[in-house]
Amino acid sequence: MDSLLNRYRNITVLLLVIFAQLVLLAYQVKSNQDVRLIRIWAVTGVTPVARIIEGLRSGAVRLLEDYVLLHDSVGENRRLKAELGRLKMENQQLKSELETAERVKALSLFQTRTPSRTAVARIIGTGTGANSRVVFVDRGSSSGLMKGMAVVTPDGIVGKVIAAYPITAQVLLVTDPTFAAGVISQKHRVHGILKGLGHSSCLVDYVQNEEPVEPGEWFYTSGDDGVFPKGLPAGTVTVSRPGNPLKQIYLVPAGLGHGLEEVLIILEGVHQPIPEPQAAGSEVQLLPPPPPDQFQAAGSGPQAGAGAPGTEADRLRERYKQIGEAQNHKFGEGPPGAKPPDFNLQPGQPPASQPRPSGSGGQPPPAPPKPQPPPNP
Amino acid sequence: MTEWSDRILLGSARETRVTRYRRWGLIVIPLAAILFQVYVPLFVQFLSYLELPLLVTVYFALLRRSPIGGMLVGTAIGLVQDSLSHQPIGMFGIVKTLVGYFAASIGMRFDVEHFVIRFLLGLFFFLFHQFLYWALARALLGQQVGIDVRQTFFMGLLNAAVAVSLFHILDKLKERV
Repeated sequence: MDSLLNRYRNITVLLLVIFAQLVLLAYQVKSNQDVRLIRIWAVTGVTPVARIIEGLRSGAVRLLEDYVLLHDSVGENRRLKAELGRLKMENQQLKSELETAERVKALSLFQTRTPSRTAVARIIGTGTGANSRVVFVDRGSSSGLMKGMAVVTPDGIVGKVIAAYPITAQVLLVTDPTFAAGVISQKHRVHGILKGLGHSSCLVDYVQNEEPVEPGEWFYTSGDDGVFPKGLPAGTVTVSRPGNPLKQIYLVPAGLGHGLEEVLIILEGVHQPIPEPQAAGSEVQLLPPPPPDQFQAAGSGPQAGAGAPGTEADRLRERYKQIGEAQNHKFGEGPPGAKPPDFNLQPGQPPASQPRPSGSGGQPPPAPPKPQPPPNP
Repeated sequence: MTEWSDRILLGSARETRVTRYRRWGLIVIPLAAILFQVYVPLFVQFLSYLELPLLVTVYFALLRRSPIGGMLVGTAIGLVQDSLSHQPIGMFGIVKTLVGYFAASIGMRFDVEHFVIRFLLGLFFFLFHQFLYWALARALLGQQVGIDVRQTFFMGLLNAAVAVSLFHILDKLKERV
């Protein structure tokens, strides 16, 4: 190193001295824009370096953003996806809780409205078997449940308790083929036995063909079976047709329409009257009668306010009729070619004298009106 | 090696010995040259073509045979000359720095005591000085100055002739170590 410096010592010193004088010179000299040369040199010398440094910096930042942060964005994307999934599950849980709350609220409302004493139970399991229509509830004999108690929801009947254990109970659903309950139609009070069919529909049996049952009609519990109190909705008729020897009536149970999670066990049932069917169109909103027509209200018409016909033709017909009556003319009675009434006269105006033939010394016909000259602009 | 080459190239230790100048001479002679450059042309216009500071720079650089020493001498003389001129300080400084450096470098190889060498060196460095100054004036100062090659050459011959005489006079003032 020392030998290298000694070897290039002269040229190094020369360059240093020249550089120092250049700096001194540049400090004194000003350009045409009254800027010192040293400033121009400094800017000219520094700017490319700064540009290079800025390019390196921006490149590094871009590389950092494009690669490192992108790499981080992959992780963030994964995290967001996981969070989205978690939020979806949470949303689903909230929806479920909301539905549960609504059901509980409906149950509570029904519980307060119904005169029967009930207990809320939750479905905790189903019975074994492919065609099983049996569920287990989380209330048992310790909660006062007994075999034969009715199980309902605010929408309708669900089933009945077939076995009561200390902490649970087994409920036979209305769709089970072995289920039976007495029902009565809402409109015509047709009695029948509701039976399960093993699928979503039920059959109303023991109804004569002469009994009027219409599709869409509601069936309520009749209270004849000693299980369900009278007046609980059972379902709506979907098919009603004559059968041999009895009528075939199928209905959809109302209590299973929205799924089963919470049910009410009727501990002490109280019969209720079956609600009357609502008359068709009783709830149709009818607008008030329209206000009187403006023309009639102003009294400009000849029969305004006197029950005059609404159309212009009717009013014109009525006017001609009055003119004819004023001139003692009866429409449709004169011979063909008879003189018609003067329609130019008002109804209260007396008829004018008969016109004379022309050229007999009478009054000349009025001259036609002269055309008015056009106005000067 | 011919006799001519033996005479102009340094070969022996005797010929390469360093010649030192008296201390006062290193200060007074350059100042006198600068004062002559500044004062004498006021009375004799023709003498303004003499570049005595340049010739003194070449002489001391050749005498010292040290590039750094010759460079520093040229820098000092040039900066003083700049301070007395209307140009920005540094123009003559840069030019004479380079002249001193190259002159010292040449003095290490040639027998600068030969009058022909001195004449040629005087001519060469005058032309070099004028050309470099012209280039710097155009490049750094942006001055649109012209250069008359023929006049410059004749001025170079004049300064070379003066350099031979001046160097001979200055040789009388130096001391050998």
